[in-house]
Amino acid sequence: MNPIRKKRLTLIGLMVAGIGVATWLALNAFDENLMFFFSPSEIAEGKAPAGHPFRVGGLVATDSVKRKSDGLTTSFTVTDNAETVTVEYTGILPDLFREGQGIVAMGQLNQSGVFVASEVLAKHDENYMPPEVADSLKTAHDQAVGANQKVSVQ
Amino acid sequence: MIVRFFHQMGSPRYFYGVAGKLIPWFMVSFLITLVVGLYYGLFVAPPDYQQGESYRIMYIHVPAAWMSMFIYVVMAVSGLISLVWRIKMTEVIVISSATVGASFTFLALATGSLWGKPMWGTWWVWDARLTSELLLLFLYLGIIALHSAIEDKRVAARAVSILALVGVVNIPIIHYSVEWWNTLHQPASITKFGKPSMDMSMLIPLLTMAISFKLYYGAVVLMRARAEIVERERNSRWVQDLVEQEAK
Repeated sequence: MNPIRKKRLTLIGLMVAGIGVATWLALNAFDENLMFFFSPSEIAEGKAPAGHPFRVGGLVATDSVKRKSDGLTTSFTVTDNAETVTVEYTGILPDLFREGQGIVAMGQLNQSGVFVASEVLAKHDENYMPPEVADSLKTAHDQAVGANQKVSVQ
Repeated sequence: MIVRFFHQMGSPRYFYGVAGKLIPWFMVSFLITLVVGLYYGLFVAPPDYQQGESYRIMYIHVPAAWMSMFIYVVMAVSGLISLVWRIKMTEVIVISSATVGASFTFLALATGSLWGKPMWGTWWVWDARLTSELLLLFLYLGIIALHSAIEDKRVAARAVSILALVGVVNIPIIHYSVEWWNTLHQPASITKFGKPSMDMSMLIPLLTMAISFKLYYGAVVLMRARAEIVERERNSRWVQDLVEQEAK
């Protein structure tokens, strides 16, 4: 390669590497702010900002969804399979909201540690499958769980 | 043999001729894969177990998002070659890719937004994936604006190449945003390693659409490159001969 081209290539290489490092440092510094939500474990560790609104994300725990008598307020537990947070929300829930589904809620913790949400968004996962496949997976899972339970009973 | 081919493709006149012959092939194969992909995606593929029919927007959204990044990488690589080796044809490729890249980025953002409203419950959130993809759209628009702001085509090409290379740092950020940070956007279903977390019956139409969009880009970039060549070389002998032939 002739020297002029080599010089140009090195300069460009340095430029791109420099920008890469600068961006990496900037993103590292802003890491917390780039997180769209906090998990229940992070809230338990006290990482979530106290006193102003933030987002909590996790799975809606099974059998935790309860409707209040006013018909609009729902309360449920969000879990990351380690810690849980109780969320209360008044309003219409998105289509994908159901037990076992990932959600992200925006709001604030009140005095009694209940997360009062002003907005609830459903988080979709990366799995795409036809209903029949989902059914057969569920059946297989239930059978496996059932078999384990039988073994433990014996 | 291959070296000679690339060497010849570096000549605008030769490129113009070859591109003219290739465009119909790209167009025909694009249309065939588009019809097949859309038919299998919209009618044959089963509904999703959770999203029902609404997931079908991914047959446009996912390939468009892939293209938005693919085209940017093509531009950055061509930009690098233009800056180091000062090859005219790669300069032409950089600028000919910008508009089609911007269109795919817009398409990915718009279809994602349409899907987000019923599924997530919101049109838009400022999470890492969505924000970095929006930044990509601004990069494309910046490149187009910068190119048209500079009169001298070769100077413009150099400026645009530098901008394209500066912005390329955003590409890994878009790709890994769903892994590095908590985002509302779901992680990738299809990765280079490991089994895709998507049923085969849904995956095949998706890959067909991805090929289709690539072919479309091929056709459009060749058309735009030809137009750009004719404009750049308008004072040269061969272009004037060409115009005279067309006039007859």
